[in-house]
Amino acid sequence: MEQRFVYADHSATTGVRPEVLEAMLPYLKEEYGNPSSIYKKARSAKEALEKARGQVAKAIGAKNTTEVFFTGSGTEADNWALKGIFEAYANKGNHIITTAVEHHAILHTCDYLEKVRGAKITYLPVDAEGFVKLDELEKSITDETILVSIIAANNEIGTINPIEEISRICHEKGVLLHIDAVQAIGNIPIDVEAMGIDLLSISAHKFYAPKGVGALYVRKGVRLPSFIHGGDQERKKRAATENIPGIVGMGVAIELAVNEMEERNKTLIPLRDRLIREIEEKIPFAKLNGPREKRLPGHVNFSFEFIEGESLLLLLDMAGICASSGSACTSGSLDPSHVLMAIGLPHEIAHGSLRLTLGRENTEEDVDYIMEKLPPIVERLREMSPLYEDFVNGNVQPIIMKK
Amino acid sequence: MAMMYSEKVMDHFMNPRNMGEMEDASGVGTVGNAKCGDIMRIFLKVDEDGIIQDVKFKTFGCGAAVATSSMATEMIIGKTVQQALEVTNKAVMEALDGLPPVKVHCSLLAEQAIHAALWDYAKKNNVTIEGLEPPVDDIEEIVGDEE
Repeated sequence: MEQRFVYADHSATTGVRPEVLEAMLPYLKEEYGNPSSIYKKARSAKEALEKARGQVAKAIGAKNTTEVFFTGSGTEADNWALKGIFEAYANKGNHIITTAVEHHAILHTCDYLEKVRGAKITYLPVDAEGFVKLDELEKSITDETILVSIIAANNEIGTINPIEEISRICHEKGVLLHIDAVQAIGNIPIDVEAMGIDLLSISAHKFYAPKGVGALYVRKGVRLPSFIHGGDQERKKRAATENIPGIVGMGVAIELAVNEMEERNKTLIPLRDRLIREIEEKIPFAKLNGPREKRLPGHVNFSFEFIEGESLLLLLDMAGICASSGSACTSGSLDPSHVLMAIGLPHEIAHGSLRLTLGRENTEEDVDYIMEKLPPIVERLREMSPLYEDFVNGNVQPIIMKK
Repeated sequence: MAMMYSEKVMDHFMNPRNMGEMEDASGVGTVGNAKCGDIMRIFLKVDEDGIIQDVKFKTFGCGAAVATSSMATEMIIGKTVQQALEVTNKAVMEALDGLPPVKVHCSLLAEQAIHAALWDYAKKNNVTIEGLEPPVDDIEEIVGDEE
């Protein structure tokens, strides 16, 4: 097969769809008005802002458009939810429950709240497939608990958590529930009303909208203080002149993503399952990380024993394939991904992880190409590996059993 | 990730020199551990005059780990064991046109791997290499100070 370019890192980011760019362009060009101004030119920007708010609200099943606040990113939404609730509900308690497999936007915010602001944080363990342990959640809630924050679908291993059950447990105990839905939106159905979600974080660039825009859903009645102080934007909760082009793009993109989801998943899920199956068939000592069912539609994550992830990514990149890894070398620290550690992978196996996340533009030919390139690359790295040498010479037993 | 490797690092990563095993090595050294994600093994063939005739390596690790191993082997072939001891991690890094700061520990690992192989050679052949210290088991202790 000829050299191709295969983008298989959709959990990292996605490219802006042509329809989305098209919708944005007028607001980068002639419709540059500031929505806070009163003249006619600004009115179209204001209308575009409110239309996008409506599109986001509808896509997540919000009852009122006023429950949607635009932010600069999913990370900002996560920060706002956690810091805001901690501040607003201080009279009730200082205990927040989250999980060991959250995105750093949650984990590092919790870390800050704990160390600087005196919060008590519980990090719930997950099972070997990355699902949050519900009995642990139930046991962890105390009278001091003000918030539970759980990731809807894991960015590294694709595990989709049982949100309805989590929500039932929280609400039986009268605790607010924040869901980080950054990876979930546009991939799996999210309905804040039906699922009983009180706060929800969204990031636009994960569903073919531009970077630099996100949103926080806040259920009516939930007290949330202002996060950025200044002007009257976002009902005085999040000051700053709105990123109108980005917000318009986000509105169009979320509508498209949600409308097309069912149809797209009819091809994306089989494509994912084919990739998983073929990796398992063709590469020995490979372990699928995360579950087979209840897994994000395009999400594949494997550990390959005896090799290290960054080397794998560099060789894949030379072959034109974009992927990512939970290896320490790609995180800038000596420890591999906290998610892979939390599902109980030994370090050796966690360092050799590869995440391939497929999206709407990937084809069967892309999977053909990945399967042409990946097995010899793994083989090549194993030939270089002293760990593999020790195994071949019978000095060590593999951790992952040969299929 | 998005880190920039020099062309030389990429060249040594893509086309590693002296990669492989050695049946009748005069000395073998393995350093690092799978826990921190890097393991290097160096095989030396040393003649009666104490000159390194051949070197092979095997590495489990990132691009920089492979490249530093490869470069280190090239730098000690043809040298005396005493000269090989003097090849520092800085020399290896310079020869590679530098490494990103988070990857400096890889070059230290390469230096340690050479030392461990020299130690093995010295022990097996009852030779003294002046200034050679026994290999450290936990490379991280060294890395911690350097970074």
